[in-house]
Amino acid sequence: MRVLGIETSCDETGIAIYDGERGLLADAVYSQTAIHAQYGGVVPELASRDHIRKTLPLIRQVLDHAELTATQIDGVAFTAGPGLIGALLVGAALGRSLAWSWNVPAIGVHHMEGHLLAPLLETPAPNFPFVALLVSGGHTQLIDVQAIGRYRLLGESVDDAAGEAFDKTAKILGLPYPGGPELAKLAERGDATRFRFPRPMTDRPGLNFSFSGLKTFALNTLQQELPSAIDAEQTRADIARAFEDAVVDTLVIKCRRALRETGHRRLILAGGVSANQRLRERMNAAISAERGEVFYPRPLFCTDNGAMIAFAGWHRLTAGQYESLQFTPRARWQLMDLPPV
Amino acid sequence: MKLLAIDTSGDACSAALIFDNSIEQRLEIAPRRHGERILMLMQALLDEAELQVIDLDALAFGCGPGSFTGVRMATAVIQGAAFAANLPVVAISTLAALAQGQFRRGGQRHVLTALDARMGEVYWGCFTIDNNDLAVSCAAERVCAPSQVALPKRADWFGVGSGFNAYAPELSSVIGHSLHGIDPFAHCEAQDVAVLAAAAFDAGQYVSAEGAMPVYLRDQVTRCQ
Ligand SMILES: Nc1ncnc2c1ncn2[C@@H]1O[C@H](COP(=O)(O)OP(=O)(O)OP(=O)(O)O)[C@@H](O)[C@H]1O
Ligand SMILES: [Mg+2]
Repeated sequence: MRVLGIETSCDETGIAIYDGERGLLADAVYSQTAIHAQYGGVVPELASRDHIRKTLPLIRQVLDHAELTATQIDGVAFTAGPGLIGALLVGAALGRSLAWSWNVPAIGVHHMEGHLLAPLLETPAPNFPFVALLVSGGHTQLIDVQAIGRYRLLGESVDDAAGEAFDKTAKILGLPYPGGPELAKLAERGDATRFRFPRPMTDRPGLNFSFSGLKTFALNTLQQELPSAIDAEQTRADIARAFEDAVVDTLVIKCRRALRETGHRRLILAGGVSANQRLRERMNAAISAERGEVFYPRPLFCTDNGAMIAFAGWHRLTAGQYESLQFTPRARWQLMDLPPV
Repeated sequence: MKLLAIDTSGDACSAALIFDNSIEQRLEIAPRRHGERILMLMQALLDEAELQVIDLDALAFGCGPGSFTGVRMATAVIQGAAFAANLPVVAISTLAALAQGQFRRGGQRHVLTALDARMGEVYWGCFTIDNNDLAVSCAAERVCAPSQVALPKRADWFGVGSGFNAYAPELSSVIGHSLHGIDPFAHCEAQDVAVLAAAAFDAGQYVSAEGAMPVYLRDQVTRCQ
């Protein structure tokens, strides 16, 4: 079965084709970052307006690239939530209608299931069961994954998501939107020993996170240090480093704990923050020290993309799951509410 | 001529099929539930006529103005269906369709259309029904305050659309003297989109699936653009 995937949940238009036998045949992402940068964040109406311009041309481009004609697509998968409702509606309406007109089945995919399954697109792919750490702009969740659709929430952020904390702290440091990757770049020049930020909620049992205090800590540190700083740029870099170290350490501590609690050996990371280099290094070191294994998507598939939607959709469509003749995207939608395949 | 038209620009959700000089419509008032209904309505019309999408000559949609989300939904649905079946698309103004609908119901040949655009504004259009019984715009459609609406000189206009409900006193003080009646509760219907689209299609006014785009009229959607 060959599935066309459509992702429009936020500020990226992602289109891909996944083939059950040949794997990924084509993948294209168009990012709206430049449109939203001047506002310091995603403007939902502008995002929707751009998706309606970009989605269909990207679909044609991907079909051409894969040298496929329409009749060679056996199913359509579109992101049905969670995300910005107006943005979701564009991909959902287009995808559902495309499938209707092609007379093939369609499936609404959970965006976070897309992220969660993205490491399975790589070789070697992890076997089930495993612990998944979803770290993105809107989510920080630890999940016990028994199989596709069999998810148990182990812990999550009680306030800001890790990516959100990266972005907000980047803003405090005066970095352009989207701040996560920029902050990581600045942190490379930072002195890890100058400041030490707290590792929130690691001193007590449990697998929940709290990241909103770290941005306040960064702000306070910046306000304290800047007036007397000889080298303001270095101070910013040092704060970026201290922040990144604190987030990374916290994630590592909780992942190790989650593996111990579940007894699983395999850990997968997914979502935008899993592209972070320091996180990958420290996680690899910590988990391999315990004879565990860590899996990631390729950096391109950490952030939003169509490949993960095509792939997740393929799994559900081949299991015989599909939508009736309607599209009902949801801004909010719990991963744990998904049915097993 | 076999043409399927849809409109999801407001609270109503409708589809209409022109087939062999007859027209069939399905319309439901389904606020915020268009996504559950629109493809069902389209399928029902095709089933009844024993047609498939690929049998059609063209697709059409109400391209706006109206609810941003609503006109984008119609656009996306038509883009997808047209791309998959390789059909041409006709985009029809919801204001023109509203005027066409008024002519269908009441026979008025000079129609002012005003949709509530929120934020103290209306989407505004002026239409004359021509010798072929088709609504033709006689001034550029715009979004503006009710006090700013422009009125081509005539004394016998009929006003239609939610703007005449939301801004009744404002509009009546500006253009009341030229109005001989209003219907503030009418909405855009796919059958009127279809009638205008069939004529536009015959005149060669169609685009490819990718060319189907919404018309928002309101382009200022952020505070500091
Ligand atoms: N190298 C990096 N280091 C730290 N953070 C990063 C890096 N690259 C991306 N991010 C962060 O990842 C987030 C974007 O990831 P993603 O696209 O998966 O999130 P989203 O789709 O906005 O949210 P969600 O998937 O939860 O709906 C942003 O917060 C961004 O700052
Ligand atoms: Mg995401």
